[in-house]
Amino acid sequence: MELLNALVALTNYVIIPATSYGAQLALGALGVTLIYAVLRFSNFAHGDTMAFGTGVVILVTWGLQALGVSLGPLPVALLALPVGIAATALLLLGTDRVVYRYYRGIRAAPVVLVMVSVGVMFIMNALTRFLIGVDQIDFADGERFIISARTWNQMTGMREPLTLRTTQAITVVTAALVVVALFWFLNRTRTGKSMRAFSDNEDLALLSGIDPDRVVRVTWIITAALATVAGTLYGLDKSFKAFTYFQIVLPIFASAIVGGIGNPVGAIAGGFIISFSEVGLTYAWKKVAGYLIPGWQPDGLLQLLSTDYKFAVSFVILLLVLIFRPTGIFRGKVV
Amino acid sequence: MIRVENLVKSFGGFRAVDNASIEIATGSITGLVGPNGAGKSTLFNVIAGVHAPTSGRVTMDGEDITGLTPHQLFHKGLLRTFQIAHEFPTLSVRENLMMVPEGQAGETLWNTWFARGRIRAEEEALRRKADEVLDFLTISHLAEEKAGNLSGGQKKLLELGRTMMVEAKIVFLDEVGAGVNRTLLNTIGDAIVRLNRERGYTFCVIEHDMDFIGRLCDPVIVMAEGRVLAEGPADHIMENEAVIEAYLGTGLKNKVLAEERAEAAAGEDLGAQPGLGDRAGKGGDA
Repeated sequence: MELLNALVALTNYVIIPATSYGAQLALGALGVTLIYAVLRFSNFAHGDTMAFGTGVVILVTWGLQALGVSLGPLPVALLALPVGIAATALLLLGTDRVVYRYYRGIRAAPVVLVMVSVGVMFIMNALTRFLIGVDQIDFADGERFIISARTWNQMTGMREPLTLRTTQAITVVTAALVVVALFWFLNRTRTGKSMRAFSDNEDLALLSGIDPDRVVRVTWIITAALATVAGTLYGLDKSFKAFTYFQIVLPIFASAIVGGIGNPVGAIAGGFIISFSEVGLTYAWKKVAGYLIPGWQPDGLLQLLSTDYKFAVSFVILLLVLIFRPTGIFRGKVV
Repeated sequence: MIRVENLVKSFGGFRAVDNASIEIATGSITGLVGPNGAGKSTLFNVIAGVHAPTSGRVTMDGEDITGLTPHQLFHKGLLRTFQIAHEFPTLSVRENLMMVPEGQAGETLWNTWFARGRIRAEEEALRRKADEVLDFLTISHLAEEKAGNLSGGQKKLLELGRTMMVEAKIVFLDEVGAGVNRTLLNTIGDAIVRLNRERGYTFCVIEHDMDFIGRLCDPVIVMAEGRVLAEGPADHIMENEAVIEAYLGTGLKNKVLAEERAEAAAGEDLGAQPGLGDRAGKGGDA
């Protein structure tokens, strides 16, 4: 029974939150990795792209709510997603047209493109704040829990609570669907293969029936979709705040790099590695330890790291990977 | 027919190609030989649109194609392979071939989702064509293999295969023999001859292996120090004093060179012009 309680506590405080956070990071890292693989630079503006997309989704959600639209137990934001994706795609295509295309034309070094993306990041950041403000926004509606602490208690009679929020389930399900669709796209469709071919060997791609401009456009559109979905899921799960999305670039890059940047499978694995490390290291293990070791009540919280320092986890993992295995677990490509 | 008129390509003060004029007759297999640094690869790269010429003109069947991009030339039927074979390493051999034809329906996001039937029919036709090509090249058993896992020689065959996926008018082969074993080189040679005879391909071949050149090519153009030194049938070329001097260095016999090609090439590297012309191309001399 004690073991079961430990397991429930672990699931409630570590496994469920880390899984949904991991899914969000994985989607974010997929966007970063795609840009890196096809356009060959680290896109630092990705976090703010997520913020912009989520901002649009929130505005549309408010509009829909004002019209009295409801999805029952599901959040209305899901209905607003396509609009957010479309708006973000337009923004990214516009940015590419105005900014990145020029640097591709002069065959700028990747590091120059990285710096350019930092500039784009600041502009997008400002754009998002104009659009939706800097305050914390809670836009999740519908049913709050799939399993609330009370139903859990009624179901099992266990002392230890377990909750599963709707947004967490939606996050994992949506992320799984998106990942399946993305891999199908990359491995089975002609457009996806063109993207991989372009990523493999740009010179040869130019000497094939591959239209480079089209590959670039498609890459931005898919990135827009990934960023908007990732941002919206993160916002639904936690809450939306423009600044948080600026910060989330760090764990996202850590995920992409741990897994092997440029490698989609790596991005997903990396997302979960980072999320489980972050949650695991900042969780107070006192309760779980108390269940597992009978008769022992630790004095401290058994928390390795205060949650204030959660970004330090990504940072340290990032450093270790870059020092000891720069290509990441799944051997990404390093330019 | 490809006609190159008074072509000059300078890198800084160095004239890699110095006023070269050549003609590649339709239906021929023209050989382009010369020591390292002779400007062969640079000439290739200018014709294929990788570099813009400093001056001079390139025409294909009377049409001026000077300075067009590789992409544009590809669509005109002017194809090239690379000294160091290029492939899409993470795609299968068959997918590499299916990648080649342009304007496929599956290239747009819209069709990907909403014109599945059309794409499927098209891909089926492409797949059949790719399999025919693989059959022709006798590498059908490698269809599912990732192209990155092929040997150097198999990659060269794949490069040749790529040209067969579209209506090629003329194909430029940059050192098809580099790093390829004898057996495979013969397979490649056979494929070139068959493509020439059966499908009317025009070839222009850069190659150091004089046996290979002698067996395949007529005429042979010899370049040295950026200029065209001689032109004519292979056996004549190999007896030409100026050619022997420039290409082999004094005192070396061509038979010896053919057998000890790698060593000879290393020797020439020290003696002849710096290999800038070649190095400016894709990946330098093998």
